[in-house]
Parts: sequence; structure tokens; C-alpha cells
Amino acid sequence: MSRSVAVLVTAVAGIVMVLSAFVRPLEFLGTAVVDWFNVLAAIAFVLGGANLLKMNLLKVSAREAGWGYSAVTVLAFLVTITVGALKVGVHPDQKFPAVALSGDKEAVGGAFWWIYEYAMSPITSTLFALLAFYVASAAFRAFRAKNTAAILLLGTAFVVLLGRVYVGVLLTSWIPADNAWVSWMRLENLSGIIMSVFTNAGTRAIIIGIAIGVAATSLKILLGLDRSYLGGEG
Amino acid sequence: MIAFLADAAAAAPDAGWFMPGKGVLLAALALVSAAVLGSLWQARTGKPIRIRRIGGLDAVEEAVGRATEMGRPVLYVPGIQDMDNIQTVAGVTILGRVAKTVAEYDIEIEVPTTRSIVMTSAREAVSAAYMSAGRSDSFNPDRIYYVSDEQFAFVAYAGGMMQRKRPAACFYFGCFFAESLILAENGNSVGAIQIAGTAETSQLPFFVASCDYTLIGEEFFAASAYLSGEPDQLGTLRGQDIAKAIVWVLVIAAAALGTAAALLPGSALAGVAGAVRAAMGGS
Repeated sequence: MSRSVAVLVTAVAGIVMVLSAFVRPLEFLGTAVVDWFNVLAAIAFVLGGANLLKMNLLKVSAREAGWGYSAVTVLAFLVTITVGALKVGVHPDQKFPAVALSGDKEAVGGAFWWIYEYAMSPITSTLFALLAFYVASAAFRAFRAKNTAAILLLGTAFVVLLGRVYVGVLLTSWIPADNAWVSWMRLENLSGIIMSVFTNAGTRAIIIGIAIGVAATSLKILLGLDRSYLGGEG
Repeated sequence: MIAFLADAAAAAPDAGWFMPGKGVLLAALALVSAAVLGSLWQARTGKPIRIRRIGGLDAVEEAVGRATEMGRPVLYVPGIQDMDNIQTVAGVTILGRVAKTVAEYDIEIEVPTTRSIVMTSAREAVSAAYMSAGRSDSFNPDRIYYVSDEQFAFVAYAGGMMQRKRPAACFYFGCFFAESLILAENGNSVGAIQIAGTAETSQLPFFVASCDYTLIGEEFFAASAYLSGEPDQLGTLRGQDIAKAIVWVLVIAAAALGTAAALLPGSALAGVAGAVRAAMGGS
């Protein structure tokens, strides 16, 4: 019964979204559905927070591998929530100087702002920077010339990389740039041709396939043919 | 078809209730829907449906079997977006299929999520899969949990967990961004069999470089139907293929028309090409 209601809600919301994309008078309904989802997601965040606490406290109490990280997670979670909710270090809003919690929790100089600026932001940047090393290790594996396809990939990547740096431009600078018959052989031009013709064509083919897949999947969900995301058969 | 496109382009701006410029989109949607529903109807008449094999999906059982032999868990990441993203819905749907295989082999599955609603949906899908496999007693909802909405906080957790638990099989099905490579490289470093699928074209090269199998484009959306093996679901797959074939014909016809229009300016063909371009929103 509850699953049938969920399928019905999904179908109605989905059909409303489709109609609102085409029918001008129904446009507001599409926005309303998105707003409802955002409200639902905000309420569900409480569920996520409770689950985060439960899982990490269980790990700490059971002294599972990596329990120290869980302890740090719980501590950081509680400190951030407390600091944000109590607006520690935030001055009251100038319009309401007598109300202690009237200031913006993200105001510059506040504890919440400090945590974001001096803990969250640098940690995120550090993790993002690690990508450079992961790209290098993945490229090292992908570019091993072990068969014809890998050799083609390696050669193409080499041309594109060289075409985008000064040394690549310098290497083929002796090829006349004003002669249309040979100028395409300059590495910067060859790199551009590879990106705008071959890569673009391949990417568009994939995007068309994705669009068809999205439409077919959406149709299956709207018609209730696929209910496995709700825990049902089909 | 060309006449319809031209009419749609001409009519759309004047129609009060119809969104201008959406005629072609509506036609494309109707085309795909007709192909999918037609194939579904055909499947229900009992006509056998042949579909092409997808290596990455055939390897799901092999990967789970390997995890069983090694006594290590299976990791499943349904992307980092919420349930309002169709890729996440597809990811959770595939999770149900993979979890059924995991339940049959009676091994542990770990599903970290970045959204509370995804966690709830994933629990429902895995619970139903265990029940369907007749192993409800082995289902542990605590193995499907929320980590963080933050992309890099999530990937830091997932990377650390991979190094500690060393999963033997990793599945990444959903919407991924910059964290895709960090996840896949961590899985690679612990020697896991990795299968990925996403509709984010910018992340596909990273998965291709680091994973054993990658589902590209529509293969990702076909995965659930393919793994279910049910006639209804396979019928929709055939519909997708028919829609793709129609797109091939249209692309070739449009390329030929565009070439002809360029070679014969001022001809009737050039006029038709101009009408098609206008219908598509081009100039």
C-alpha cells in the first residue's frame, strides 16, 4: 500500500514536472515541486545527522579500525553545530542590537566563519590539490603502449598536451602559419582539430545516448515499470 | 518530419500556452516514448527480445564472486547527488540488482551516501533485494549510511574506508564530479575489481583510466533493465536502441542536407536546411 502511494506521488510529481516544461500556465507547478523537494531534503538532513552520530559513536565505542577519525568527526560535527546555532562570536544585527542571536551566523569574524575559512576551506583545497597526483598515476597506467588502441591514445594525448604548452608551439613554429595546406600540422592547430572535431563528435554521440537513456528511464519511473529504487520489484 | 519541425518552429512562438522553442524537444520526447512503449508492448506479447551483451554488467557477478572468495566486502557508491537527479535514481536502481547478487553470495555490502534521502532509498532497495534473495536475516541497515553532503569530506571518508577495509569489488553508479578519480584510484590501489557508470561525460575518462569496466552513456541507464533480465525491462532497452537508430538516420540526413545546402546555395534544399536550423534554435 505505502509503496503504491510512493509510486503514485512519484508519477504525479514527474508528470507535473514534464508538463511544466512545455505548458506555460503550469510552469509555477514545476517550481513548487522543486521547492517541496528542497523542504523535504532539509528535514531529511536531521535523519542524516542522527545517522552520522550513531555510526561514528558505535565505531568509537567498539574501537573499530580508524575509530580515532570517528571521534574527530563527532567532535567537529558537534562543535560546528553548536557554534552555528548559538552564533558564537557574531555581533547582533544593527537593526536589532538588543536581540543577541539576530546577527548572520556566517558574518565575518564569527566562529562559524572562522571554522569555514581556516579549517573547511584549506582542507577542501588540499584534497582538490591531491587530484594532480591521482591524474598522474591514472595517466601513467592509461598511457602504457601495450596495444594499438593504447598507442593511438598515447600519441593523441601527447599531441594535445604539447599543443597546449609553449614548448609545443615552439617545436612546430617553423611550419608556415599562413599556408592553409600545411598550417594544420602546427601542434597548436592539430591539438585544436583533435579537440573540436574528434573529441567533440565522440562527446556529442555519448550525450545523445545519455539523453535517450534519461528519457527512457524517466518514462519507466513515471509509469511505475521500475520501482526498485523504492524497494519494489520491477 | 522536416515539415513538422519547420511547422513547430514557426508555430511555437505564437502559441500562448505552449513554451516557445520547445516544439523540437516535445517531438523528440514523443519519439523516444513511442519507441520505448512500442517495444514494451511487443515484449508483453511474448516475442523474444535479443539485446547486445554489455561486458561491464556481465562482470558484476564475477566481481561479487571474487569478493566472496577473498572474504572482503563490496563497496557501492550511488553518486554524490540527491534523489532529484535521474543518475542517482538509476544508481539506486542498479544497487537493488547488485545487492541481490551480494545477498545470494551472502557477503557484506557497504553503501556510503552523501544525502539522507539517498540513504533511505538505498536501504529500501537493498532490503528488498535481500528479501527477494531469501536472506532477510542477513540484511544490515547500518551498512548503508550517511557520511556528508560535502564532496571532499565524503571522498576523504570513502578513501580511508577503502584503505582500511580493502573491498574486493567497487561499484560507482551515479552522478560524480571531481571525486571520481580519487575514488577510483583508491579502489585501484587496494586491487579491487571496479565497475563504474555515469552520465557525466567529463568524468568518463577518469573512470575509463582507473576502472576495469565503465558503462558509457546510455549503457548506464540500460544497466538496471539489463541486470533484471525481465521481458518488460528488456523491452524498454530495445526501445532505447530503436530511438538511437532513428537519431542516427536523422543525424546522417541532417549532415547530408547541410552539405547539400552549402554546395547549392539558393536552392530548395538550402531553404529546407534553413527551416530545420531555425527549428533547432540555430541561426
